[in-house]
Amino acid sequence: MPAAEFQAVQVDYAAVAPMLVVAAGALVGVLVEAFAPRRSRQRVQVWLTTLTLLAAFAVLLLWSRESMTVTLGGSVVVDGVSLFLMGALLVLSALAVLVMAERFGGVGSDAFTPMGSSTPGSAQEDTATRAGYATSEVFPLALFAVLGMMVFVTANDLITMFVGLEVLSLPLYVMTGLARRRRLLSQEAALKYFLLGGFSSAFFLFGAALLYGYAGSGDLEAISTAISTASGDLDGLLIPGVVLTMVGLLFKIGAVPFHSWTPDVYQGAPTPVTGFMAACTKIAAFGALLRLAYVGVGANRWDWEMGLVVVAALTMVVGAVLSVTQTDVKRLLAYSSIAHAGFILVGVLAFSQAGIGGVLFYLVAYGFMTVSAFGIVAMVRQGGSEASHLSQWAGLGRRHPVVAGTFAFLLLAFAGIPLTSGFTAKYAAFAPAVASGTTGTVLVVIAVLASAVTAFVYVRLIVLMYFTDPTGDDVVALVPSIPSTVAITVGVLVTVVAGIIPGLALDLASSASEFLL
Amino acid sequence: MTSLLAEDSALSAADASGASSVAWLLIALPLVGAAVLLLGGRRTDRFGPLLATGLSWGSFVVGLAVFLQLLGLPTEERAQDLTLWNWVPAGAFQLDVGLLVDPLSTSFVLLITFVGSLIHVYSIGYMENDPDKRRFFAYLNLFVASMLLLVLADSYLLLFVGWEGVGLASYLLIGFWNWNPAYATAANKAFFVNRVGDLGLAIGIMVIFVTFGSVDFATVSEGAANASQGTLTAIGLLLLVGACGKSAQFPLQSWLGDAMAGPTPVSALIHAATMVTAGVYLVVRSNPIYDGAPDARLAVALVGAITLLFGAIVGCAKDDIKKVLAASTMSQIGYMMLAAGLGPVGYAFAIFHLLTHGFFKAGMFLGAGSVMHGMNDQVNLRRYGGLSTFMKITWVTFGLGWLAILGVPPFSGFWSKDSVIEAAFVGEGWQPWVLGGVALLGAGITAFYMSRLFFMTFHGEKRWEEDPEPHPHDPDRTMTVPMIVLAVGSAGAGLLLGPTGAITSWLAPVVGEHGEEHPVLPVWLIVALTLGLVAVGAAYAWVRYGRDLVPEVAPKATAITRAARVDLYQDAVNEGLFMRPGIHLTRGLVFADARGVDGAVGGLAALVGGLSSRLRRLQTGYARSYALTMLTGVVTVLGALWVIQ
Repeated sequence: MPAAEFQAVQVDYAAVAPMLVVAAGALVGVLVEAFAPRRSRQRVQVWLTTLTLLAAFAVLLLWSRESMTVTLGGSVVVDGVSLFLMGALLVLSALAVLVMAERFGGVGSDAFTPMGSSTPGSAQEDTATRAGYATSEVFPLALFAVLGMMVFVTANDLITMFVGLEVLSLPLYVMTGLARRRRLLSQEAALKYFLLGGFSSAFFLFGAALLYGYAGSGDLEAISTAISTASGDLDGLLIPGVVLTMVGLLFKIGAVPFHSWTPDVYQGAPTPVTGFMAACTKIAAFGALLRLAYVGVGANRWDWEMGLVVVAALTMVVGAVLSVTQTDVKRLLAYSSIAHAGFILVGVLAFSQAGIGGVLFYLVAYGFMTVSAFGIVAMVRQGGSEASHLSQWAGLGRRHPVVAGTFAFLLLAFAGIPLTSGFTAKYAAFAPAVASGTTGTVLVVIAVLASAVTAFVYVRLIVLMYFTDPTGDDVVALVPSIPSTVAITVGVLVTVVAGIIPGLALDLASSASEFLL
Repeated sequence: MTSLLAEDSALSAADASGASSVAWLLIALPLVGAAVLLLGGRRTDRFGPLLATGLSWGSFVVGLAVFLQLLGLPTEERAQDLTLWNWVPAGAFQLDVGLLVDPLSTSFVLLITFVGSLIHVYSIGYMENDPDKRRFFAYLNLFVASMLLLVLADSYLLLFVGWEGVGLASYLLIGFWNWNPAYATAANKAFFVNRVGDLGLAIGIMVIFVTFGSVDFATVSEGAANASQGTLTAIGLLLLVGACGKSAQFPLQSWLGDAMAGPTPVSALIHAATMVTAGVYLVVRSNPIYDGAPDARLAVALVGAITLLFGAIVGCAKDDIKKVLAASTMSQIGYMMLAAGLGPVGYAFAIFHLLTHGFFKAGMFLGAGSVMHGMNDQVNLRRYGGLSTFMKITWVTFGLGWLAILGVPPFSGFWSKDSVIEAAFVGEGWQPWVLGGVALLGAGITAFYMSRLFFMTFHGEKRWEEDPEPHPHDPDRTMTVPMIVLAVGSAGAGLLLGPTGAITSWLAPVVGEHGEEHPVLPVWLIVALTLGLVAVGAAYAWVRYGRDLVPEVAPKATAITRAARVDLYQDAVNEGLFMRPGIHLTRGLVFADARGVDGAVGGLAALVGGLSSRLRRLQTGYARSYALTMLTGVVTVLGALWVIQ
């Protein structure tokens, strides 16, 4: 092909500036990892990562907000929804990074192994610790993941979306395997996540290929146009294409029956990483799903909607029911996140602008709750390792009233008790679904029943913390350092404020709920 | 006739002016007193009782000014409405807090503030050595404020606020000495029984709201002429339930005897002169409703008749001086209810008897307090005797009250009770004979038991307890002066209001013209019969308790006396009819809750748990089975969609 026909794409740098800042920060982080002296590397990385994320957020507020546009040859769209989601991603990942930086008085991050091949407590690990090894590479990895997520929510064609999916997934696979304690569980989780992630990526790619075959383009707008003006010859490609691409996204969301990885990975991953994944990956995946379902293939939603309805119902029921018999706090929160994914899907299925607003609000509210909750889970210890078994949480309220009280409050927010953001979020997501018709109403009924089941689970944990005698005396809640205290406090405050005066956040979410295309 | 009267009584209220425009002070003054004393704590111990008494008198002065203002107005302008603020602004339902100043409410205001203030003064002496007297005066002030709110309210809802306020004050004061478990139980009993009545009143107000769309007296009065008789009867019966609770009328009478656990001034003010008459006020105030519901009115009259006999019989057998007085109160309120149930013939006489009774019964309670004061708090009539020489003032004042309640001319009871008895003989068919006969008989029994009390206390041999030896004496002036004032009222009030026709013409704008009614018997015969029966009753009492020796321990007696001693088995009946079945019902409900509701919930939880355990097995931990799950899901969704298409 002659070079003359090649046309450079127009780039609106202001619109994509937040992504560029995060990418630059990640690259600098790699350099820091290579060249900064070992003693100061951890501190430099934490500062660099946090400042990068905050700078990106500032850029987003100052520049990108003013230039909502489709750019990079139509592959990236910066509109209300993607701006809102990018902002949420940046703030939440900043909080998650602060939790990851928690050292509890050690040399490096407490949650991450200083040396992947050593066993915990072994001489080898002691040597690594004495030598000052620390896995500070989690910070640039997190930045790369955030970059991938931002690409994911702004992607306007299937190929860009796939690139975003891989850029966000690969760092997460690695981060999952870096846990300091229960190392084998962590590494097993990482491998499972990698295998199943690859499997789901294959589905996505296959679906994207079918849609390309159908529409002759990967561009979401072109696909939408093709559906509206369909000739009929290639109709057989459309539904499998839609279903398979969505499977790729539903996998990341953790919807049933593509959820199996979630409990294992949430349990195995280092706790701060779990918080990061639960909050940010969910936002990114729902952002992409919203765009695909509303902008790309919304025109023929009658053909595939039922499939998504069944998935949403299954997700809520299975998530809620399975959370009942969990004995591990992290697994419990994993099933809770599955149930929440189902609740958010109910909002998605409203197929209205109010539904988008509700979904956006829910994602943010859930994000703040879950980052704080995992931050607290990381603090509760027995004999040096995380006390994640439920029996170890018995009687925590007596010895650590503040920690247990905060966690109890977050649990109530998960349950959706009024005066917490959880209640407002559920209302914001369910009300449009009821308004959308019978199917939506049925889904909301299921959702409310499932909420009742999950409420049982949360309240049981509260009862355990406050009204049960402690089993072992050596369960303690470590005193967190200032950064993670800040992160948890911000999360709790947002949960309170968005519950008591939800107007501001709801207005923001609903004003952002318009797609540019 | 009745509809005409209803129109007459629909007195349109003008906006308040002059003294009426500060009528809110009536309530505000004692309310401030209660607030200062309760919130001020121990700091107000020194001046609290005096402040409370002063504020009560202040209220009386305002009441007197309002009364004089009304007196100066033409009859048809003697109703003034004072709207204070918008209370319930609920869309179509608007309700103002407003006070209705008219002859009826003003009569009550004068009674409450005057007798109330006198009893405040008396309490200064009576409660002198009580460590908690500040609290006592705070409750008294709270009571006066609530009672004034009750009678001044211009709507049923605001009346209900006052109604509950006096109930609260009554509860607090009955249980004032709550270190004694029996007294605390008595307070609870009064509270529970009143719940039943209050529920009736509350439902009645709801029906009123549904029927008339509003709950203020003016609207109800206008609407009653057009409402169906069935609805009016229902409302009338429900209000009667409320009135029975508050006024200790059959079948909700059981609490009043036990309520004597409260300090004696409380018994005088709340459980004799004012609060217990609130039921009568409610019936009279609701006269537009009762005028349209003859059946409900008959029910009121029958309740009154039953209670007046009930109380009189119980009063004959009790040996506790306060319980005799309580039974007598019940009986006298029965007279008032009977009169109120007679309709326009009786409304004014009900209020007349209420006012005179307020004086003589309060006076006698204060006298009883004085006797107890001198006799080491002994309440047993059988341990009194011969006190007339030791407590001259008490003897004379009590004696005047005694003559008044007996209905000896020219003392006040004669005028008021005789009017009620005459009115009871008005009517057609069996009613005048039954109601009139009961009223007549009641007068005779009243004469017997009140004389029994009087002679056992003040005459005959000394039967005092030896250890500790009592030293009966008249109390100091704070206590004797109120007794004297009330005694003067007992003696003269009836003469002032009755034969002059003052009370009937004064109340006519509210309850309608008295009208010319002729009893089935000649009036002179009724009066003669009444006086004859009273003389017989008093003479028999003199023979048995004045002349003969009174045994110090109650002798074995006939079945009816034994029954009367235990209040005609009222507690046993309540226990058997309500408490036991109630307990069984509760147990049944607990059982149903434990087995049925909890079982269902538990079963559901077990179901979810079981499902959870099954599903959990799918989570094998093997990546291959996870992948298979995913693949199955994809294939199923695709297949299902393909089938649907």
